[in-house]
Amino acid sequence: MPAESKEARVVLETRDVVKTYFLEGIQVNALRGVSLTIREGEMVSLMGPSGSGKSTLMHIVGLLDTPTSGEVILEGQDASTLAPNQLAELRNRYIGFVFQAFNLLPRTTALANVELPLVYSGVSGVERSRKAKDALERVGLSDRLGHFSGQLSGGQQQRVAVARALVTSPSIVLADEPTGNLDSRSGIEVMAMLQELNAQGITVIVVTHDDRIARHADRVVRILDGRIKSEEIVRNRINAAEELRDLPAEEVAG
Amino acid sequence: MNLLESFRIAFRALAANKARSLLTMLGVIIGVAAVILLVGIGTGVQNEVTGSIEGLGSNLLFVIPGQFDGAGGPSGPPSRRFTMEDADYIERRVTGLDAVVPVIQSGATIKAGNKSMRVVVAAATEDGSKVFSATLADGRHYVRSEVQAASRVVALGSSVVEQLFSGRDPIGKSVTIQGQRFTVIGHYESQGGGFAGDQDAQIYMPVTTAQRVLGIDDIAMIVVKVSDSEGIDKARDDVQRAMKPRFGDEITVMSQEQTLGILSDLLGMLTYMLAGIAGISLLVGGIGIMNIMLVSVQERTREIGIRKAVGARTYDILSQFVIEAVSLSVMGGVLGIAVGWGGAQILSATTPVPSEVTPWAVAMAFFFAFGVGVFFGVYPAYKASMLDPIVALRYE
Repeated sequence: MPAESKEARVVLETRDVVKTYFLEGIQVNALRGVSLTIREGEMVSLMGPSGSGKSTLMHIVGLLDTPTSGEVILEGQDASTLAPNQLAELRNRYIGFVFQAFNLLPRTTALANVELPLVYSGVSGVERSRKAKDALERVGLSDRLGHFSGQLSGGQQQRVAVARALVTSPSIVLADEPTGNLDSRSGIEVMAMLQELNAQGITVIVVTHDDRIARHADRVVRILDGRIKSEEIVRNRINAAEELRDLPAEEVAG
Repeated sequence: MNLLESFRIAFRALAANKARSLLTMLGVIIGVAAVILLVGIGTGVQNEVTGSIEGLGSNLLFVIPGQFDGAGGPSGPPSRRFTMEDADYIERRVTGLDAVVPVIQSGATIKAGNKSMRVVVAAATEDGSKVFSATLADGRHYVRSEVQAASRVVALGSSVVEQLFSGRDPIGKSVTIQGQRFTVIGHYESQGGGFAGDQDAQIYMPVTTAQRVLGIDDIAMIVVKVSDSEGIDKARDDVQRAMKPRFGDEITVMSQEQTLGILSDLLGMLTYMLAGIAGISLLVGGIGIMNIMLVSVQERTREIGIRKAVGARTYDILSQFVIEAVSLSVMGGVLGIAVGWGGAQILSATTPVPSEVTPWAVAMAFFFAFGVGVFFGVYPAYKASMLDPIVALRYE
């Protein structure tokens, strides 16, 4: 799958998305008309300072929220007017989330955490466990299947979260500040993993306020005051795998 | 997501908080055990009382002054009570009767040597032995001449003999009843004792003697024994008609079945009442479940957010939490049934209180517990299912 091809299929498109909500009676114009196109195989960074509306945009792109006006087209379907349960089904099928705070279920094994999206898509026991094991293998955690979330390091937890995002073979992996709660080495490892997945053809969106993290993608979309301020193709893209090689060797990884 | 999966998730969540789950269940356990035990006692007493009435002998009519409606309970105090003469009158006017027995029942204290005991005096004429079902162990009943002479003779129930004479032969010994000396002429075999009435603690004496010694003029009841069971309806009408000039409508003639029916209704009502009281504790247990489920939903807000983000629908979250609540109540119910049943066994083994655990009571308690789980589980589960995933994911 040629990742850089401009002819690649459109996976997700927002058209003039506006989001207005009321916070303690005050009108907040979080998004004032955002049009964005994400093509298959891309790695895109959504960048902006806090309060810019990037979180709201991420919620709408991730189908956790619906716009006040405008359209959100995911895999050819208009998702902007769907009911919560229909959104849940689309999220399950097309979106994989990686959160800043990992958001794994506590007191639950890595394997069970990765199986979770499959539980809600109705995949039965044996098949589910096989897929979850595959996903954990892809993130290099096949030796941690039975570990509870609390027994894993931050970097490992985030890798479990990446496996959970992958397990349904989604159209988009949506990572919200994926390195925010990690030390720099673990952060680089997670970015290397996202780049590697992207190289395998998976569409990745990274939401961040950190310019360095943003430059791991091949396109950066900058948001300010609820609008797209600029879009640029990243020229000297950071390769996290090389970065990792240049780091001084450490006794324990992860 | 299928139901099996919901159960697995629910049990994992309950197992994660074992102490809390157990304490919450305790409310249901106590409630269900109370229902089982109290209904068991109610049923046991009902069976024993009706059994002892059936043991009175057959073909009996009970004539009582006053008007009773079908459901029991007098509609007013009778304006006139029976005398000995009323019994004679029935005997003269109605044919086809085996025996007409005026009966007085009253409490009294009986003494022998330095021992004493509260007993129930059952006083009748010499035909009393035809209507009381007790069997003589030794000695004799009082006879006609003793009734006419109001002799101070008495026959004792088995537990009276046990208590006053430590099981030694009481015949010919003298006892004191309400300060008067009596001679013991006979004693009866045990009728299986038990809880209801305890006929073994009765003493039997001529009705005339009882009137004199206890100072009672009125006859409480006239018991009529009919020669054969086919004649019972005719006899009832005959007695009713014969007494009409004297009492008008203020007379009730009841067959054994009717008496049984009234008593059975009454005790049945009592059983329902006990079940109701126990049911209240089950309700309190249910409120405990709701309380803990609300806390649980609050604590697991972020978990709910995660589940929703990866694709859980409203229904998935709702069923997960309802199943959790129902699992608590059903497990509590099963344990409660075990505790209640065990308690009933211990009770009937160690005390004279009869108790009988019926499948009906078990089923009712179980389904009520199930219902409590659903009823009190739905609101917290609904609250959980309505959470906005964005808000829930941010929850600290």
